Amino acid sequence: MMRKFLICAVICLVVVGVAGCGYNTIQDLDEKAKAAWGDVEAAYQRRNDLIPNLVETVKAYAKHERETLQAVTEARARVGSIQVSKDTIGDPKVMAQFQEAQAAMSSALSRLLLVVERYPDLKANQNFRDLQHQLEGTENRINVARTRYNKAVQDFNFSIRMFPYNITNSLILHLKEKEYFKADPGAEKAPQVKF
Amino acid sequence: MTWIIIILKGLRARLLFSVYFLLLFLSSLLPVTASPLLRFSAHALDVPPLRGYVNDYANMMSGQTRAKLEGELKAFERSDSTQLVVLTIPSLQGEALEEFSIKVAEAWKIGQKGKDNGIILLVASQERRIRIEVGRGLEGRLTDLTAGRIIDLAIKPRFKRGDYDGGFTAGIHALVDAARGEFKAEEKRAPVKRKQGSPLPAMLIFSAITLFALGRFSRILGGAAGAVGLPAIAYFALGSSIITAILLGILGLLLGVFLPTFFSGRHGGGFFYTGGSWGSGGDFGGGDSGGGFSGGGGDFGGGGASGDW
Repeated sequence: MMRKFLICAVICLVVVGVAGCGYNTIQDLDEKAKAAWGDVEAAYQRRNDLIPNLVETVKAYAKHERETLQAVTEARARVGSIQVSKDTIGDPKVMAQFQEAQAAMSSALSRLLLVVERYPDLKANQNFRDLQHQLEGTENRINVARTRYNKAVQDFNFSIRMFPYNITNSLILHLKEKEYFKADPGAEKAPQVKF
Repeated sequence: MTWIIIILKGLRARLLFSVYFLLLFLSSLLPVTASPLLRFSAHALDVPPLRGYVNDYANMMSGQTRAKLEGELKAFERSDSTQLVVLTIPSLQGEALEEFSIKVAEAWKIGQKGKDNGIILLVASQERRIRIEVGRGLEGRLTDLTAGRIIDLAIKPRFKRGDYDGGFTAGIHALVDAARGEFKAEEKRAPVKRKQGSPLPAMLIFSAITLFALGRFSRILGGAAGAVGLPAIAYFALGSSIITAILLGILGLLLGVFLPTFFSGRHGGGFFYTGGSWGSGGDFGGGDSGGGFSGGGGDFGGGGASGDW
C-alpha cells in the first residue's frame, strides 16, 4: 500500500513538476525570440540586397554624388561583416555592434535619398520608382520585425524571472536574458520616400 | 515500533507533498507571459471592428459599389481561400499609416491560418493615404513592387479625379488578379480549430492521475487540486471565460473529493474511469465566435506598399 502510494506520488510529482515549473514555457519563448530575431535579420538582409541595384541606378543619373554613393557602399560592406547568430542574441556587445552598423546604413541611405531629390530625371525613372517601393517596403518590414522581436524578448525575459520559472531556469536551463533592440536616435525613422 | 516510524514518515511526506502540489497548482494559475501586464497602448486610434469584406468607415464608396465589391470578394475567398478586406477610415489621428495598418492586420488576422493569404487595402481619407498590407503567404506573388504599382497605376489616378468608386474597383480587381491562383480553396472546409497542437489530452490525463493520487491522500487536498486544476486547464488550453472557470472549479472540487472515495476499494479500475470523467470537463471551454465573416488567423510581416493621392 505504502509503496504503491509512493510510486504514484513520485509520478505525480514529476508530471506536475514538469507542467508547472515552466520548463516547456521557457523553451517555447526562447525559440520564439530566436525566430523573431531571424525575421529581423532577414529584413535587414533584404535591404542589403537591394542596395547594389539602387546604387547602380542612382549612379547612372547622379555621377557627381560619388561621396554619398561611396558611403552607402561602405556601410553595406560593414553590415555584411557583422553577423549575430541565434545564440548570441543575449550578448549586449554583439547586439550593439549590429545595431550600430545598421543605423549607419540607415543614415547613409537617407542621405542618398535626399540627394536624389535634386535629380528629377532619376525620380521619374521607372526602375528607380520600383526600387523606392521595394526599399520602402523593406524598411517597413524591418520595423515590424524589430517590434515583434522586442515583444518576444519581453515575454522571454519575464518568463525567466517569474516565480517559479526563475528557479527552473537557475537550476536547469541557465538561460540569460536577451537583449532588446533599442531604437537608435534618429535612425528608427525609415528614410522618407516622397515623390 | 516500525509502524510508528512508517506513520511518522508518511506524515512528513504528506506535508511536504501537500505544500509542493499546492504551490505548483497555484503557480500554474499565474499568467504565462508578461504581455497583458506590461504591454502598453501607445496610440489612441483603435482598430475598428471587422464588419465584412468592405469596411467603409469613411463613407467613400457608393452603396452599390460596396455591395458589388462585397460579393466579388466573397466569391474570391470561396474559390481561392484568399481573404481581401477593404478598410477606409476618416482619419489616422496622427498615427503613422504603416503602424496602424499592421495593427489592423494583427487584430483582424485576415487570411487563412498557415496559408497567411490575407490582403488589406487601407485608405485614410483625410490624410489621403493608401496602404496595401500583404500577408506573408502572398508576398511572393504580390510583392511590395506589385502592390506599389497597383497603388500608383490603378488607384491613385482615379482617386485624384475624385472617382473613389472607380479607384476601389480597379484596385481590388488588380489585387485579385495578382493574387489569384496562388492558393486554392480546400474542397471541404475544415472545421475551425481552436488551437493547434493543444496539449489538452495529455494535461487531462496527467491531472486525472494527480487528482486521484491526491484524493487518496486526503479529501481536502484532492478537492483543492480539483477545484484549481480543472479550471486552470480549461483556462490555458481552451481560453474559456472566468464564469466557465468558476463552474469548472466547483465541478473539480466535487470530483476531487468524491471520485477517489468511490474507487478507494478498487485501485486499477477507478483510475481509467477518473480519466473519463475529466475528459468530459473539456467540453465546457472555447466559446465559438458568432457566425458571419471573420479573419482566418493569417499572419502579416509588414509586406506591401504605401502611397498617397
